[in-house]
Amino acid sequence: MKNITKLTSHEIREGYKNKDFTVKEVVESFYKNIDEKDGDIKAFITLCKEDALKCAEIADSKISEALANGTFDELPALFGVPIAIKDNMNTYGVKTTCASKILENFISPYDATVIKNLKEQGAIMLGKVNMDEFAMGSSCENSAFFVTHNPVDLTKVPGGSSGGSAAAVAGDLAPISLGSDTGGSIRMPASLCGIVGMKPTYGLISRYGLVAYASSLDQIGPMTKDVEDNAILLNAIAGHDEMDSTSANIEKKDYTKALINDVKGLKIGVPEEFFGEGIQKEVKEAVEKAIEKLKSLGAEVGTCSLAACKVALPTYYIIADAEASSNLGRFDGIRYGYRTKNFENLKDIYKNTRSEGFGKEVKRRIILGTYVLSAGYYDAYYKKAQKVRTLIKKQFDDAFSKYDVLIAPVSPTTAWNIGEKVNNPLEMYLADLFTVPINIAGIPAISIPCGKDNNGLPIGMQIIGKHFSEETLYRVAYTFEKSREV
Amino acid sequence: MEYEVVIGLEVHAELSTKTKIYCGCTTEFGGDPNTHCCPICTGMPGALPVLNEKVVEYAVKAGLAVGAQINRNSKQDRKNYFYPDTPRAYQISQFDLPLCINGGFDITLKDGTTKRIGITRIHIEDDAGKLVHDTYTGGTLVDLNRAGVPLIEIVSEPDMRSAEEAVAYVEKLKGILEYIGVSDCKMQEGSLRADVNLSLRPVGQKEFGTRTESKNLNSFRAIEHMINFEIQRQKEILESGGKVIQETRRWDEATGEGYAMRSKEDADDYRYFPEPDLMPIKLSDDYINNIKENLPELPERRKARYIEELKLPEYDAGIITSSKALSDFFEEASKECGNPKAVSNWIMTDIIRIARENDIDYSDLPFSAKRFASLIKLIDSGSISNTIGKKVFEDMISENKEPEEIVKEKGLLQISDESAIKEVVDRVVAANPQSIVDYKAGKDRALGFLVGQCMKELKGKGNPQIINRLIMEYLK
Amino acid sequence: MEITKKDIEHIANLSMLNLSEDEVDGYAKDMQEIIAFANQINEINTDGLEESAFALDSYNVFRKDEVRESFDRELLMQNAPSSNGVAYQIPPVIE
Repeated sequence: MKNITKLTSHEIREGYKNKDFTVKEVVESFYKNIDEKDGDIKAFITLCKEDALKCAEIADSKISEALANGTFDELPALFGVPIAIKDNMNTYGVKTTCASKILENFISPYDATVIKNLKEQGAIMLGKVNMDEFAMGSSCENSAFFVTHNPVDLTKVPGGSSGGSAAAVAGDLAPISLGSDTGGSIRMPASLCGIVGMKPTYGLISRYGLVAYASSLDQIGPMTKDVEDNAILLNAIAGHDEMDSTSANIEKKDYTKALINDVKGLKIGVPEEFFGEGIQKEVKEAVEKAIEKLKSLGAEVGTCSLAACKVALPTYYIIADAEASSNLGRFDGIRYGYRTKNFENLKDIYKNTRSEGFGKEVKRRIILGTYVLSAGYYDAYYKKAQKVRTLIKKQFDDAFSKYDVLIAPVSPTTAWNIGEKVNNPLEMYLADLFTVPINIAGIPAISIPCGKDNNGLPIGMQIIGKHFSEETLYRVAYTFEKSREV
Repeated sequence: MEYEVVIGLEVHAELSTKTKIYCGCTTEFGGDPNTHCCPICTGMPGALPVLNEKVVEYAVKAGLAVGAQINRNSKQDRKNYFYPDTPRAYQISQFDLPLCINGGFDITLKDGTTKRIGITRIHIEDDAGKLVHDTYTGGTLVDLNRAGVPLIEIVSEPDMRSAEEAVAYVEKLKGILEYIGVSDCKMQEGSLRADVNLSLRPVGQKEFGTRTESKNLNSFRAIEHMINFEIQRQKEILESGGKVIQETRRWDEATGEGYAMRSKEDADDYRYFPEPDLMPIKLSDDYINNIKENLPELPERRKARYIEELKLPEYDAGIITSSKALSDFFEEASKECGNPKAVSNWIMTDIIRIARENDIDYSDLPFSAKRFASLIKLIDSGSISNTIGKKVFEDMISENKEPEEIVKEKGLLQISDESAIKEVVDRVVAANPQSIVDYKAGKDRALGFLVGQCMKELKGKGNPQIINRLIMEYLK
Repeated sequence: MEITKKDIEHIANLSMLNLSEDEVDGYAKDMQEIIAFANQINEINTDGLEESAFALDSYNVFRKDEVRESFDRELLMQNAPSSNGVAYQIPPVIE
């Protein structure tokens, strides 16, 4: 039998059904792997082993009961399945640090809606994983605690900001994980670590309890070893939530029904702007080859233009940082989190707490965000960016009037060396060139592996769809994934 | 030089919804510190707001009641600033698309003239928490029970020219909000408070002078005192050739002085932007018309009814209807005793006086309308005189007792027994023969003296009509 | 457009950050580059377009005015850096 920690969630479920192993054995196997490998990978900030083992025992007794009664199939799909959670989602009684010194000891008094849903369905949280501080970064190097390493090549970054979530799955430290994506933070690390990551439509998944970076762009999503797991995990967390005003009130779907190995007649658009300058040759070729493959499987392929995407990156940084500068105001050393020791009055508390508590990149974004909202600059930057957003949305709408999906690279390059870009913020920002337009438009995109570069580093492509077209994305991704197995 | 005073008001009224504006915590006043709180109203990381539908309804109601237009498309915005009573470091307010715009109403002044005061806008926002001085440590304590209580901010045009006009405006506004039931407007509890923008300009000048903003005034008295103080202060500055500094000020009613608040080192730059956590508000004509059709009787209507049907003087009718609680008190007491004229007279003198003296709201009077009506009935039936009535009234403030009980306990029942009164009259007349002579010589005052002497012997309880009649018999 | 040290100091003040001399220099330099980059958006013609504050076009998301139980105070205040058990403590705020 395959090593337990190599299994997908649906394989683990099969194992439970066949009594190949118990939940306890599965949970213990992952902790054993974490013990052995996480010293090098450094994905986890917090482990909740005691709670997880307790949950495992309860799950085992329920599974035995269900097997005895012949009701196993009624158990939720993720029942007894371990999961790693990005450390910006609130987890009751467990530290929720956002990889920031300012929340280093913050024990959340409540569960985020996604966590509540996962618990209700019997998933077992292994621990909280590393990220760029407050999800601001593309390499996972902005964590206040430590840098996470890419399990494929430990000298490389895992991508960010959900670097811990991607590394945990790619390094077999957890079968599935949750990440969040504001400008590419799920897709980028999925691509760099060679796993599957979905940034769902804005509003599909409740943001209640997700510590906000940029409220109008943030979206939680599943990060998994394969497309099927991705659909299973999305099923578990998608749905309307009355605690989140931006949550979409749409009918609940079963995404596993979209796992169809067939793309005949499907129209694929190739946006020119995503294949231009600055893209690594191997990345370009791998994505083009994947498109050819889909064409050979019966899809119709054409090109399209999304001209406004040329300025998607500055548009993104203006909107995201403006919102972030406001969202991060609440970290003031009064009600929770770090408080400076160095104060005489209230203003000292504010200024010193925030200066000592936030990392360099976070401060940089607060400064930019404050600047673009401040008197005299609002119209030129923030307001203008909101208009460009309208234009980008419109151009995507136009593209989707012709095509079912668009396909593009995720990251212009494969994983880079740790430390390579840390001193050049602008160069780091450019890594998000192809991912941010999707967040600006609020549409879904899935990142799936489509090859490797000459050094064996994974290459990812993203399949982009219109609002709430996750089923179509899964169908294309699933078909492509199957085509690579043979 | 002669100066013209220019005053504009920003009135904040807490809405009387059951729950806060963005979470399900109760809005109940008081409560142990930080017990009406949750992750949303304390600004926990990850918590999100969801707008209370009643807040929109109440704000629209208020807008319609002051004749404002309702914006069909509205949104909420963040106003960013750091202060410990504001847990998210931003207030959720409305910037360029408030729910209501362009309203206004007439105020009536003491001289009987009326004047229209315009209302620029009404928007919704969340209240801040409370900072309390910690006597134990000398520090400050933060209580977030009030954080997130819904407010409407009603911004007037700079149409007022005196303290009297400003007070009349707030009184009328308060009345309207009470009538439509969107706020309890308890000024002592801070559920209605006003910021006063005030400037002076030479008479005839078109441009406004530099204004100051005095914050959080929570009684009519304070508004009046503060305005008069500030007019004087600015006048003195201008007359001595100085310049008024644009600043935020605080009024201390206890000392009767205003202070400049420590001027903020940072210029106010609230960096307003659309609140991304809350979707826009779109109101249909049906929604608005439905609220319009269900508006209750407004003070204007009630006032007209008092003048026409109950024949109250216009001024009195205006004062009584300016407060819903007072007007409800008037209606109930009048119905109970059948003498609206008497109730109105008492309200205009004694009830208004005790409310002012004790700084209490008309909804918190120390006696019910029914109990007050019993007092009127005692007077009207001749059981006690008007003078004794005033004494009983004073006792009703301090003692939680029916007027009948007070009259009985203190033996205040009016003496109408003629033989008992005659005995006293005989004695007083015998002791004051000179008064008889004086009266007959045309000195009318002598009669008053004799009545007074008899009343004194009867400890004020003698029936004045009988005393008068018996003395007159001697004087004929 | 030049981003001066004074601009950075003003912005830092608005956002309640204390920056060292070096940090001010560093951020001024970074900001200079980032803002130059951000200015690209002005090359795009957006005449006649409305602003989009949201990724989705929904509206009127309301909650019923129904009371939900408030949080346990101890739980809510467990992370407070300084409290007396019933309220958060801060240095005296004098206005």
